Amino acid sequence: MRFVFTDMALTSDALYTLLGALLVAMALVSVFTARHLIRRLLALNILSSAVFLLLVVTARTSSGIDPVPHALVLTGIVVSVSTTAVVLALYLRRYRRNPPC
Amino acid sequence: MLIVDLLLALAALVTAGQCLLLPGLFRAVANLMAFGLVMALIWVRLEAPDVALAEAAIGAGITGALLLTAAGQLPASQRTLQSMASGATRWKIFIFVMVVLITGSLWMTVLALPKPGLVAEVAVVLPDSGAEHAVTAILLNLRGIDTLLEVAVMLCAVAAIWSLQKAIPPPALGDAYPGLPTLARWLHPLFLLTFSYFLWQGTHAPGGAFPAAAVLGAGGVLLLLTGSIVWMHQGAYNLLLRWLLAAGLLFFLATALSGLLMTGTLYGLPPRFASTFIIAIEVATALSIALMLMTFYLFGRPGRRL
Repeated sequence: MRFVFTDMALTSDALYTLLGALLVAMALVSVFTARHLIRRLLALNILSSAVFLLLVVTARTSSGIDPVPHALVLTGIVVSVSTTAVVLALYLRRYRRNPPC
Repeated sequence: MLIVDLLLALAALVTAGQCLLLPGLFRAVANLMAFGLVMALIWVRLEAPDVALAEAAIGAGITGALLLTAAGQLPASQRTLQSMASGATRWKIFIFVMVVLITGSLWMTVLALPKPGLVAEVAVVLPDSGAEHAVTAILLNLRGIDTLLEVAVMLCAVAAIWSLQKAIPPPALGDAYPGLPTLARWLHPLFLLTFSYFLWQGTHAPGGAFPAAAVLGAGGVLLLLTGSIVWMHQGAYNLLLRWLLAAGLLFFLATALSGLLMTGTLYGLPPRFASTFIIAIEVATALSIALMLMTFYLFGRPGRRL
């Protein structure tokens, strides 16, 4: 506990960690409580962004910027857009005005 | 510079909150796109320019356009998004407590995490990897297996979408906005130029296959949505489209196997030819990813032939 608060002269790292944690919490609660499926999808997108933010903040080590989490996040962004596309296609299959098939 | 950080964090929080809490589907999607752009600025502040480029093109552009295209296909009954604020007071207090609890515990955990990092290890192997930029070296050589699997995930996503339904044709915009298809066609050379620049830059500076693919994909999506790409919907080109979609993954696999033949380990590229291999993989995966991003917008399988 003391370690956390001695370190806390509100550096930008601490600020962005707080932002990431807050976004994770908000998005996680929305994923479980939202009624509309699209809202859950939006919450899932925000959740992934927040996790990427926490990863990139962790990449700022004392010996320099660690490139490995950056590569991970780049992969993650592309995977999350794939997920969004599949969910939307499933959603349209169910709810579109005139189903195409 | 802390002021800038504070403002950016506030902007991200407000856009995310509006996206999650306010009623209205269009407003929520617009806020998500704004959130993506704010996140891109935050990546720049955190010295992650590669991530910033990819987030600006994919997170804000491609995801937002995907959501808007899908929203346009929905009946009016599905477009109303209820406000999250409706509900009993006890329920709201429970949600508030949950948010504070998760935030607090996560914040303390992440701040207390040890940050060992792999900076020194990457710097040692970087000269042999064939790329001067560390992120490109990791993506395409050192941890190439991750990128290989990621392209496979995208191909699986395309296959899943194609198995669901027939492609939804783009809305006929030509009558309402006669200038739009022409504008998209005139802008396309600019997208191609940016794509080539990012590809060329990728081996020694921020850029590389992912941002390049995102930019080319965004240009292609503009053309696709304005109805300028007809061949993708025609049955005669279906086989060609399938091979082009799979080309990036197949080429990647071939490189991994040739690494196995030449050095004895899967994906072990010999340092002498590594830079040639990296450029070839970069071009192949970028083109393949751009095409896959475009086919996401069909929301189904194109063409008459199955």
